[in-house]
Amino acid sequence: MMDIFLSCLFAFLVGGAFCVIAQLLLDLTRLSPAIILVLYVTTGVLLGALGLYTPLRELAGCGASVPLIGFGGNIAEGIREAVDKDGLLGVLSGGLTAASSGTAAALCFGYLTAIFFRARPKRL
Amino acid sequence: MQNKQEYLALTEKRAARSPVLRDCFFAFVIGGLICLAGQGLRSLYLALGIEERPAMTLVTVTLIFLAALFTGLGLFDDLARIAGAGTLVPVTGFSNAVVSPALDTKSEGMILGVGSKIFTVAGPVLLFGTLAGALYGVLYYLYGVIFV
Amino acid sequence: MKRIHRFQRPPRILSAAAAGGKEERRGPHGEEFDFCSPNDLFGVQTWEMAEGEMARASLSFALKKAGIRAEEISLLFAGDLQNQCVASSEGLCSVGAPFVGVFGACSTMAEGLALASLAISGSSQVSLAAVLTSSHNCAAERQFRTPLEYGSQRTPTAQWTATAAGSVLLTGEENPKKTGWGPGGRCPQISEVVFGKMVNGGITDAANMGAAMAPSAADTLLTYFRESGRTPADFELILTGDLGKEGSALLSLLMAREGFYLQEKHVDCGMLLYDPEKQDVHCGASGCGCIASLLSCHFLPRMARGELHNILAVGTGALMNPSLIQQGGSITGIAHLVHLEVR
Repeated sequence: MMDIFLSCLFAFLVGGAFCVIAQLLLDLTRLSPAIILVLYVTTGVLLGALGLYTPLRELAGCGASVPLIGFGGNIAEGIREAVDKDGLLGVLSGGLTAASSGTAAALCFGYLTAIFFRARPKRL
Repeated sequence: MQNKQEYLALTEKRAARSPVLRDCFFAFVIGGLICLAGQGLRSLYLALGIEERPAMTLVTVTLIFLAALFTGLGLFDDLARIAGAGTLVPVTGFSNAVVSPALDTKSEGMILGVGSKIFTVAGPVLLFGTLAGALYGVLYYLYGVIFV
Repeated sequence: MKRIHRFQRPPRILSAAAAGGKEERRGPHGEEFDFCSPNDLFGVQTWEMAEGEMARASLSFALKKAGIRAEEISLLFAGDLQNQCVASSEGLCSVGAPFVGVFGACSTMAEGLALASLAISGSSQVSLAAVLTSSHNCAAERQFRTPLEYGSQRTPTAQWTATAAGSVLLTGEENPKKTGWGPGGRCPQISEVVFGKMVNGGITDAANMGAAMAPSAADTLLTYFRESGRTPADFELILTGDLGKEGSALLSLLMAREGFYLQEKHVDCGMLLYDPEKQDVHCGASGCGCIASLLSCHFLPRMARGELHNILAVGTGALMNPSLIQQGGSITGIAHLVHLEVR
């Protein structure tokens, strides 16, 4: 029981902290949201490369994997496994393989949404 | 107007700042709650007998689906106005970045309109994720060849 | 070089009408609009086409009020914010009037009024000129910013592109028989116009348009006051287009430095269109439709009723291009002035 509570707490705190860092960047610098996303994915790859992503995910669970950091971390993990298995070819195959389910889900749901819904005016 | 630099400095000094504290509070709470929801989903999938790794993937896919649905219903942008980075940074922001241009370009055709514009916001994320990964892969490979 | 064009036989404004969207209806002047679309679509399928429909609706209302047929229009000046000014061409093709496309970003209404006045005073062929401009929030968001359903926070200096259009009919006749102002209504006249110079204040933030436009508005107003020898006190109102809260404050500051105090004479249409209590507008409204609609549905009718007699209307525009901004360019501002009077 305590385990579940702690893992939930860490997910909330770590996930929230990643969001606060991004919010500070948004409010205090001129970085656009799209740049923040790029920054987070590449940071995730860097964390994965340095071997920091896996321990972070073990601690925070979805607090590490749900932010886009996790997307980058997965890419780094995928690359490492693919290079271990296939050598140099893994450099090209590993990243997209690891990112495939998220990307494919977004593309497929995106297209389905476009079929069934339409954009509405923004509200004031 | 006498001086561009002086004017620029004046406008920068005058321009109202974003309410940083309030923004950070909502980003923290809503972003944290999305991750917490992910954690809940993970427990659910594990309880259903799904292995750890596919369960984590399924959590991501579920959140992407929910964000796409909310975007279609026109609720995501309303939530994001309050949450800011709280909805941007979780994978929900990536989903919204793919879904919103797709919805928007429906009027330009379901094949070429949606097909090309679907990447306008999220394209950079995929490109730089892949590039950074490939760079790491090369370094990791070379490290293996030289030192191991 | 003299910059003020003063007319011997000032053109008269026969009629005016405005159309808008859902949020404009909720605003403080919502009831004065001639037509508002409840879903911003104006009965068509896309936002780009909806803007054309809105422009056409405002023109039909202006014509209908005065009892004038579209075939009587000798020149139609129109412009908008979409690429290639497509809302105007798409919406107004069926009107069948000789068309002059105008682009001055959000200053287009004032630019059109000034050009139409010159045309009327310079050519006896131009008996009836129509001037109209439009902007549509959804079309502008798509073109200049992000997809409609994209979740993001606007910065505090950001403005909201109005979904609005305004049409004005002008004639060279001194006592026109048919007007849209009703019995006893007097036609406002355009006594003077000043075409603004482009001024670049070095602003690169597309979410701070007010700051980008304020220097050009100040330049045009200073030119007018210095050359005419008048001061802000000589006018009942000095109306600007869409400087918003930020740009208005900067304009007052720039003018005060030169010894001209605008104070409560200055009213910005961008700050009138929405209710800051009920609507989350940040710095105010922007877009060609802002001053066009409020002139057409509020200020010109007030002049015709004799409540206002002598005002300056300054259309302010940010000549902004998204590609150029991405390339590191800055935003050039422009402001044209129209002196409106009722005698």
